[in-house]
Amino acid sequence: MAAAEKPPVSGTGSVALDGALTWVDQRFPLISTWKAHLSEYYAPKNFNFWYYFGSLAMLVLAIQIVTGIFLTMNYKPDANLAFGSVEYIMREVPGGWIIRYMHSTGASAFFICVYLHMFRSLLYGSHRRPRELLWIFGVLIYLSLMGEAFFGYLLPWGQMSYWGAQVIINLFSAIPFVGPDISLWIRGDYVISDATLNRFFALHVIALPLVLLGLVMAHLLALHEVGSNNPDGIEIKKHKDANGIPLDGIPFHPYYTVKDIFGVVVFLIVFAIIVFFAPEMGGYFLEANNFIPANPLQTPPHIAPVWYFTPYYSILRSVPPLFNSQFPGVVAMGASVMILFALPWLDRGAVKSIRYRGRYFKVPLTAFVIVFLVLGYLGTEPTTVWGQFGPWLGNVDRATVVARICSVIYFLFFILMPWYTKVDKTKPEPERVTH
Amino acid sequence: MSDDKKVNKGRRNLVIACGAAGGVAGVAAAVPFAASWLPSERAKAGGAPVVADISTLEPGQIMTVEWRSKPVWIVRRTKSMLDGLAKVDSKVSDPHSDVPQQPEYAKNEYRSIKPEVLVLVGICTHLGCSPESEPIANKALMGADWEGGWFCPCHGSKFDLAGRVYKGSPAPINLEVPKYTYLSDTRILIGDDTKGA
Repeated sequence: MAAAEKPPVSGTGSVALDGALTWVDQRFPLISTWKAHLSEYYAPKNFNFWYYFGSLAMLVLAIQIVTGIFLTMNYKPDANLAFGSVEYIMREVPGGWIIRYMHSTGASAFFICVYLHMFRSLLYGSHRRPRELLWIFGVLIYLSLMGEAFFGYLLPWGQMSYWGAQVIINLFSAIPFVGPDISLWIRGDYVISDATLNRFFALHVIALPLVLLGLVMAHLLALHEVGSNNPDGIEIKKHKDANGIPLDGIPFHPYYTVKDIFGVVVFLIVFAIIVFFAPEMGGYFLEANNFIPANPLQTPPHIAPVWYFTPYYSILRSVPPLFNSQFPGVVAMGASVMILFALPWLDRGAVKSIRYRGRYFKVPLTAFVIVFLVLGYLGTEPTTVWGQFGPWLGNVDRATVVARICSVIYFLFFILMPWYTKVDKTKPEPERVTH
Repeated sequence: MSDDKKVNKGRRNLVIACGAAGGVAGVAAAVPFAASWLPSERAKAGGAPVVADISTLEPGQIMTVEWRSKPVWIVRRTKSMLDGLAKVDSKVSDPHSDVPQQPEYAKNEYRSIKPEVLVLVGICTHLGCSPESEPIANKALMGADWEGGWFCPCHGSKFDLAGRVYKGSPAPINLEVPKYTYLSDTRILIGDDTKGA
């Protein structure tokens, strides 16, 4: 179809604007894109609270990109200058402190949104057929985000940056035979050094943001191809009107753009409160030891990752070394994240949404949430936090035992899922969405 | 161009061959990028051996030197410290240093060339933290049977005064003894064991 055959744009109420839009639309798929993804993208009309976090995650991505760009204008990715340049941003660059706190708070906010967004999928079965690929793109986004957070955390070049990276890169050393060489290759030096800092900076500000944006695009395209799930876990495309529009669907714009803007307002209020009054969040968002410059010769008394990694860190710590190698712990930690990819095929439930599932799904899901939170808490603390059992139990740390039990439950949630979702007594799904 | 709907096998094979050749070239082009992550010449030079002067190290004292930005501890152990090692043989995972965490010349009961002088890389074999020295006097903290050694604050690994890891520690193996050699009675070369260096 030649461009000139497209009908002219009309209805903006301004002849000049109509003309300008027509000129653009005949050279670029402006109107069709707007319709396909916003004004004629029909989403189920029963979205609830849990549906805020996808758009909020995109907002945080935008905040991170904008604040990140401005931080690079003063930050120096050099082992001798990095720590000082961050302090310079905080103390001497006008507005620098707020840009930096927005970026550091944004990192945690990103994970909060993503964790809640993923939990929503578990609740309503949004990862189930036909949305498996949508879920896989989502898990890839989550993995990239973990990489982004890890690389970014080295940049302030504080003690926690340094030793946290040391611990994580040494995980690769545990790989049999090739591990030490892989670690050396990642660091580019015999220890974490300027070479490591510089390449992490490149990955953090160029490579992974590009990957993230590409994946977010793929995630959205996949979503708009299959259509949004909803709290009832039923397909609205089953019931359409004469024009082929789902009866239970409403146009994303203006209905959900308005709803999401309300979510944005509430989110930004909370975000601003944290940025202004608790940017360190009691050491959970920014750890105290990171205000001390990196010192390769002295380990901080207690090393813990930032809160969003701690459930996996707990799993890592809870696996005892086997055959003189800590590789099994590394494998367990890797598996605990990678198993998410299999979720669409592990869930065999007759229904998607928790509203129509029975006890055999609700109990494991509750247990999973509890162990995830307990593992997360334990990962922030030393293993001695709850003291030791008595000598009759070999003086073993109580927290280690709890972490081991929780790690087992974490994996059982996934491994037993094909069984318990199948035997679960479900209620019949409604034909049309409910509120 | 031919209007024939039949696939021209010759052209198809040429396309496949070109695609394969392009793929090989693409993979080959990745080599310099991957190689650029290896330690640079400057980093390699920075990893060169260092010399430590132990003339002022008194019995029972520990000194730390930096090698490849890692702490290397040198301890001049006393007679009683050396005697204490045998007492913990049953409590450490690898009492005879069977895991090659030391050069052959340090694979002995003291894990050193000269019994009294211990040279260790001060990096925990668990996840790379630097353990802290816990002298024998710290029995209150470390237990009544503590014979001196190191405690890793990160995850609680314990090591004796030969760098051997206690059973039940998260660290899987003993602390590393680096390559080293005596240039003279008081000067130790760390990171290399060929005298000519």
